[in-house]
Amino acid sequence: MGPTLDFGIVLDYLPTLLWGCLGTLGLALAGMALALIIGIGGVVTRASHIKALRVATISFIEIIRNTPFLVQIFFLYFALPQLGLKLNPTVTAIIALGLNGGAYAIEIIRGGVQSIHKGQTEAGLALGLRKAQIFRLIILKPALRAIYPSLTGQFIMLTLTSSICSSVSAYELTSVAQRIESDTFRSFEVYFTITLMYLAMSWILMTGFAVVSRQYFAYSAR
Amino acid sequence: MGHGFGAPEFLFLMTGLKWTVLLSIVAFVGGGVAGLLVAIARTSKNRLLSRLMAIYIGVFQGTPLLMQLFVVYYGLGLVGIHLPAWAAVAIAFTLSASAFLGEIWRGAIQAVPRGQTEAAMALSLPYSSRLRDVILPQALRIAQPATVGYLVQLIKGTSLAAIVGFVELARAGQIVSNQIFEPILVFAIVGSIYFLLCWPLSLYSARLEARHAIAR
Repeated sequence: MGPTLDFGIVLDYLPTLLWGCLGTLGLALAGMALALIIGIGGVVTRASHIKALRVATISFIEIIRNTPFLVQIFFLYFALPQLGLKLNPTVTAIIALGLNGGAYAIEIIRGGVQSIHKGQTEAGLALGLRKAQIFRLIILKPALRAIYPSLTGQFIMLTLTSSICSSVSAYELTSVAQRIESDTFRSFEVYFTITLMYLAMSWILMTGFAVVSRQYFAYSAR
Repeated sequence: MGHGFGAPEFLFLMTGLKWTVLLSIVAFVGGGVAGLLVAIARTSKNRLLSRLMAIYIGVFQGTPLLMQLFVVYYGLGLVGIHLPAWAAVAIAFTLSASAFLGEIWRGAIQAVPRGQTEAAMALSLPYSSRLRDVILPQALRIAQPATVGYLVQLIKGTSLAAIVGFVELARAGQIVSNQIFEPILVFAIVGSIYFLLCWPLSLYSARLEARHAIAR
């Protein structure tokens, strides 16, 4: 009678699961790199003098933000081969995560750029700072400070979203778990364990990002 | 059969859409009621209660929605509760929504100026009335844009029910796509339906936010 739980079986697969964690982090990292490229490019095209580019960028942002990631990745999974791109599922997943994260990154980075006033450059010149100093200290650093929390939050979101990439069997933690589930039939134990692993990953990332923020972005005491 | 996308396929997608909308409504209403309790508990003076709610919110924010769905779905079966698939996924989405809405409303409650509480105390209103008549009406107004924004997240999130086999819009799309062998067309249509559902809400949320920014 009653539920029977057996986490012992899951523990046998611990090394496999830990490799899955690395797969997840790798997927998120590659996706975020692509998202940043799209984000920076998108800020430029969104402010372009060419109307078609502006419209295309805004359409891209709105389409990505108002459709589920699951549908996006299915669409890409079937559409990319039509474009002659026969890619393995993991690469498809990186492209899907990159496009999804990119749409959000454009708006985040745009906010950072807009937070810098022209007056800051003028103030720097008035203080006799050199061009390089002005760019580094009163343009780049405040802009990065402004977007850092949103961008790192986005990275954690992407790490969690990457679990959906299991639906095209990309190599990451959830698909690793699905294989273990079909071997052991211990659905609850397997998914409960990897849920804790995801929690640990996002907690470590969050703490790590906070430490970096304190190191680099804290206002000096004087 | 490969006879292309016709009226039967479209009607099947509409049945899926019906479940997507129902699931979203159930999770939003259920999650809204529970989320209000979470927000109140999170902002209460009781340290333990507040701490527990912070952990509750943190767990949902720090794990994939898909895992929350799996754990609830398989967990219920394990403790001997055998619910139909729609009920199991509805419970999972409701719990998740309660955490996210709870966190949004916690922020809003804390954004209500302290003077409001002080004034209500000076009028010797009891805690319940202070909350119900003074704090919450203002907090929920502040939270309007974020709440509508979350509804979009929720609608998109219900697509994950497809992975446990529940036939909502995304799963209906998969089924149709397997039948007529036109995945690109079908997922473009499915995506468009989600877009038509979510985009007006996103625009509404942005408009609310702009209005609040002016009011401030």
